[in-house]
Amino acid sequence: MRELRVTPIKNGTVIDHIPAGMALKVLKILGIGDAVSSTVTVAMHVPSQAMGWKDIVKVEDRELAAREIDKIALVAPTASVNVIRNYNVAEKHRVALPDRAVGILRCGNPNCISNAKEPVESEFVVRSKNPLRVFCKFCDRELEDIAAHIV
Amino acid sequence: MSGFRGRDILSIRDLSRADIQLVLKTARRMVPIALGRKASRALEGKILGTLFYEPSTRTRLSFESAMNRLGGRVLGFSSAEGTSVQKGETLADTIRMVEAYSDAIVLRHPQEGAARLAAEFTEKPVINAGDGAGQHPTQTLLDLYTIWDEKGGFSGQNVALVGDLKYGRTVHSLTYALAEFGANLTFVSPPTLEMPREIVEVVKEKGLSLKITHRLEDVIRDADVLYVTRIQKERFPDPQEYEKVAGTYRIDANLLREAKRDLIIMHPLPRLTEIAPDVDRTKHSLYFKQAFNGVPVRMALLQLILGGAA
Repeated sequence: MRELRVTPIKNGTVIDHIPAGMALKVLKILGIGDAVSSTVTVAMHVPSQAMGWKDIVKVEDRELAAREIDKIALVAPTASVNVIRNYNVAEKHRVALPDRAVGILRCGNPNCISNAKEPVESEFVVRSKNPLRVFCKFCDRELEDIAAHIV
Repeated sequence: MSGFRGRDILSIRDLSRADIQLVLKTARRMVPIALGRKASRALEGKILGTLFYEPSTRTRLSFESAMNRLGGRVLGFSSAEGTSVQKGETLADTIRMVEAYSDAIVLRHPQEGAARLAAEFTEKPVINAGDGAGQHPTQTLLDLYTIWDEKGGFSGQNVALVGDLKYGRTVHSLTYALAEFGANLTFVSPPTLEMPREIVEVVKEKGLSLKITHRLEDVIRDADVLYVTRIQKERFPDPQEYEKVAGTYRIDANLLREAKRDLIIMHPLPRLTEIAPDVDRTKHSLYFKQAFNGVPVRMALLQLILGGAA
C-alpha cells in the first residue's frame, strides 16, 4: 500500500507540519477559494512521527510572501514552508511567530481606533506564544479567536 | 529636570512607582497656586492644545485651569461639532495640524486607543484625557493623590471599590496602581458587573489581600477608603441589563454610622443616586476635594512635561 497518495510538485510551495485540522484555515489565509489557476493539494490527518497527526498543503506555481508566512504562523505555529523549484527543495523555513503582528490581524474591539478610517496598520503585541495570546497595541485588548481576525 | 520632559502620558501603566510618586509630590507643591494664593509664570509662553471629541466638564476645565494657573495658554475645542472633524478629517490629520499650534496636546476621544494613535503622529507630548472605555491616566493620578494626601500613603489601607467594576475604566486603572502600591482591596459590585478576571489575577499575583463581595454592608466597618462609581448607562449594550442593576448601592448618612471615623468617600463624579446628598455634610465626603485635586495634579504633569522653572 502506498503511504502517500500525493505526487511531488515541480514548482511551488509545500506547507508541512500543519497541526491536524488547521489546513482549511491555512487555505483561507492563502486566499485559495474560487479563483485558483494552479493545482492545490490538501492532505488532512496524515500520520506524522513528530506530531502524531498533521495536515499538509501543496500549492503549485506559487511562492509565499513573508506576510503570508507570518499569518500562517498564527494558526499553525509548527508549520514548515518548503519552496520547490524543479522538483527540488530550494528553500526550507520554519514559520516563526513574530513578537509583533503588524497588518495581518484586525482588532476584535469594534470601538478600537485601529478599526476607524485612520492611516495606520493594525499592530498586535505577542505576549505569549504558547498558548498564543496577542494584545492590540492601540486599545490593549486581548484578541480572542485569532484565526477569525486574520485579514 | 526629570524623565517626564516631552513624554506622552497614555496609560497609568506607562508610569513607574517613582514616576507616580514624583507627580504626587509635585502636585502637593502646586496646591497654593491651584487655589490662587500664589502666582506662577512657570509655563508662560507655552500653549496647550485641548482636543475634546466628546463632552467632559471636570477634565477639560481642570486642564484649562491648570494651564492658566501656570501662566500658559490653552486652545482647542470642546466638542467635534463645527470643526474639520465633522468634515471627515482623520484624527491623524487633526493631530498633525494641532501639533503646529501648540506645545502639548490633551486628547479626549470616544474610541479606545485614540491617544496612542495620536502619539504616533506627533513629536509633541500627548496626554490621554480618556479614550472611550480605555484609559484615563490623569483621573487615576488625581485619585491616587487624594488617597495619598489624606491617608499619608497606600500600604495597608483598606480600599473598597464599589459599583460598576466591569465597565468602569477609572476603577481598572486605579486597581492596577493601588495593587502596585500595596493597598488591601475589596471589590463590591452586582454579580453582573464584577471586576474582569484578568485584573483580579494581577492583584492576586502581587500577593495582596483581596476580597470580592456583592454587599456594601460587608465592607463598611473596615474600609479606610470607599471609592464609589456610577453605573454608567451608556456602557450597557442592553438597556434591560442596566435597569436591573441601576441603584443597587446607595450610601447615606445612616449607613455610615458603622464606618470608621476617618473613612473617606471618593467618587469620580458625576454621581446619580449612589451617594445621598446627606453624605455631603459628613466629614467622610471627599469627592468635591477630589475634583479640585484634578487641578494641582494636572498642573504637576504639565509642569513636569513642559518643563519650565519650578
